[in-house]
Amino acid sequence: MNFLKLSKLMGASALAMMVASGAFAEGDMTVALQLEPPHLDPTSAAAGAIDSVLYSNVFEGLTRFASDGSIIPGLAKSWEISEDGLTYTFKLAEGVMFHDGTTMDAEDVKFSLDRARAEDSTNAQKALYAGISTVDVVDPTTVKLTLAAPNGSMLFNLAWGDAVIVAPESIEGIKQQPVGTGAFKFSDWVQGDSITLEKNAAYWGTPAVLDKVTFKFISDPSAAFAAVMAEDVDVFSGYPAPENVPQFEADARFQVLIVNTEGETILSTNNKMPPFDNVMVRKAMSHAIDRQAIIDGAMFGLGTPIGTHFAEHNPDYVDLTAGSAYDPELAKKMLAEAGFADGFKTTLKLPPPSYARRGGEIIAAQLREVGIETEISNLEWAQWLEQVFKGKDFGLTIVSHTEPMDIGIYARPDYYFQYDKPEFQALNAKLESEADPAKRTELTAAMQKMIAEDAVNGYLFQLAVPTIAKAGVVGLWENAPTQATDMTAVHWK
Amino acid sequence: MLRFVLKRLLSLVLSLAVASVVIFLFVEVVPGDPAAYMLGMNAQEDTLNALREQLGLNGGLFERYASWVGGMLRGDFGTSYTYRTPVSEMIGERMWISLPLALFALALSTAIAFPAGIWAASKRGSFADVSVMSLTQLGVAIPNFWFAMLMVLVFAINLRWFSAGGFAGWDAGFWAAMKSLTLPAVALALPQASILARVMRSSLLDTLGEDYIRTARAKGLSRRQALWRHALRNALIPVLTIIGLQFSFLMAGAIIIENVFFLPGLGRLVFQSISARDLIVVESVVMLLVFAVIVVNFLVDIAYALVDPRLRVRA
Repeated sequence: MNFLKLSKLMGASALAMMVASGAFAEGDMTVALQLEPPHLDPTSAAAGAIDSVLYSNVFEGLTRFASDGSIIPGLAKSWEISEDGLTYTFKLAEGVMFHDGTTMDAEDVKFSLDRARAEDSTNAQKALYAGISTVDVVDPTTVKLTLAAPNGSMLFNLAWGDAVIVAPESIEGIKQQPVGTGAFKFSDWVQGDSITLEKNAAYWGTPAVLDKVTFKFISDPSAAFAAVMAEDVDVFSGYPAPENVPQFEADARFQVLIVNTEGETILSTNNKMPPFDNVMVRKAMSHAIDRQAIIDGAMFGLGTPIGTHFAEHNPDYVDLTAGSAYDPELAKKMLAEAGFADGFKTTLKLPPPSYARRGGEIIAAQLREVGIETEISNLEWAQWLEQVFKGKDFGLTIVSHTEPMDIGIYARPDYYFQYDKPEFQALNAKLESEADPAKRTELTAAMQKMIAEDAVNGYLFQLAVPTIAKAGVVGLWENAPTQATDMTAVHWK
Repeated sequence: MLRFVLKRLLSLVLSLAVASVVIFLFVEVVPGDPAAYMLGMNAQEDTLNALREQLGLNGGLFERYASWVGGMLRGDFGTSYTYRTPVSEMIGERMWISLPLALFALALSTAIAFPAGIWAASKRGSFADVSVMSLTQLGVAIPNFWFAMLMVLVFAINLRWFSAGGFAGWDAGFWAAMKSLTLPAVALALPQASILARVMRSSLLDTLGEDYIRTARAKGLSRRQALWRHALRNALIPVLTIIGLQFSFLMAGAIIIENVFFLPGLGRLVFQSISARDLIVVESVVMLLVFAVIVVNFLVDIAYALVDPRLRVRA
């Protein structure tokens, strides 16, 4: 037998094996994610990976995010807000069952929200729910929330994965056996490898189309490439190597979605550390940075420039990029005016994501052009949290702030970049208690302008991540208002 | 023989005790708070404290060391900070991938190296010898993760004979599971086989030059017979040493290969746990690996003694 014959024969038998194993079934889909959840309780960790698997699929809250970032009814089918903005009355959907067969009613809502804001709560977003003073059960399908002060973002906060409704009956085992109300129920978790969800036949709303979704966890970029190319996975959400995107775009087997995230990627600046306590120095830096060069060089063109700390796709976003346009000559002049004609030295501490590591090299080169020397150090996340975030021991760092609508962090003077401005804090306090949409737009615009004018941080770009899917997959989220892989409407063409 | 075994056992226990202290101290001094890692950037101090309390991170250093070692002696490896499952269960699950993978790779490497090494030694200087030597040179030089990626490209992406990674699970059947371990095992085995073949060859050539081989030849054995009956057994000692070291390496050092093939093995568990500061998992897995290495060395020592009776006496 010659080699050609042999290879043909082997190829044929391999094909036969594949067909026999039934790798492709209409109602199944395999979705790859980069990070595996540490456990399966979205209400007691900040890990976005938990929401990526479970949000909307397994767990639902009173309200929820739609793909475009708007807030739509979830388990609450309607609500009324009192005149003074202090009482929220939610009408719950009827006939909702948890996956273990128990009913979901107002008691469960009370339990979940009380648990999130309790003294010993380990909810990562506890602060969002601290303003709720009581949760009252009116009748089995009506819940009343009373707030200590009006809070314009309450409906938004309740849509977070951290506020999903859980049951007291199943809370013990939630970290391994999550029991929710969603269109999919948890089926199996092979730790380190995959999580399987199955269609919930008794779902109260529009049922899911797929029968089974398997989430596979592949962190290595080259392994991710191989898994997609070998068609081992049907969808790769948050594909880790943007440099491969053109190759997938050119391949008829695949479609590429560029998903906008809530991640404002910024050159965080330690506002209390000289010379960054001088607004002139920060402004000079903002002119020394060429955003497009960073997007092209570090992100292979993915991402949109931003001029302030606000999601570029949000209707309330104000484009302020012109105020910090790339102009190294101006930057040098401003540095000289600030008394740093010969430049200065500082540290640039970079966490692991490639936007930071690759972007850091480019920013260091750009800053060197105007005389600022940076000493780059690469940190792991845990080290970054310890040194930079908690210890505030840094000059500059690059990080993407992925929480939705988080401009409020600028009102916290002890937050790691340490911006302390009473005027901004006053604006933020007003925003928090304002419920009128027009007034909120006005306030957020003023806030966006204030931090841009103060050049608190270097505003780089809105993080976008590619999702690679087989050509026949329909119904994936095109934006990511929260970290989620909502599979409830996904199906094969 | 018994005295020899007892002596080795004592040194085994001592090594383990020293290792546990070193591992604990090294892991504990690494900066990074597991609670901060889990709760992220919006968490406030009281929430972090509540979690630290839950995880038992607020105790003193000695207290935590004592409870860790005490637990291990009772077979309790503690509970993972992030996964919140018993570490022993996690290790057990991962072991079912890492151990078969290491054995598979070791079997492959031995199956390639022994014939290749013996063949090359028996035909010293011939074309066969030169080709084995240059191939093994190449095998040692090629980094295994690169070779792994190359195999994925050929066998998974182009030919589609294997999937690009992942583990089918033992539930899917023995052959399906072995199939998903095949590429990783080959990638791991190739450099090991190259090293082993070279050691086999040179060790065999050394013994072939010994006086007793000349004596054997003088009493009328053919070169071949002398090799199989007398030289091979004596050449095995360095080879066994290498196999022992290689097995330890395969158990502990498959991290990169497990990442390339996204296999949920022990190496990947350690890798993930280090970045998540899941200290208890890191400590326990590393301790287990140290235990495995020490036990393998112990067994290799015993094997020496079986192969070479002089060692028993000297000990």
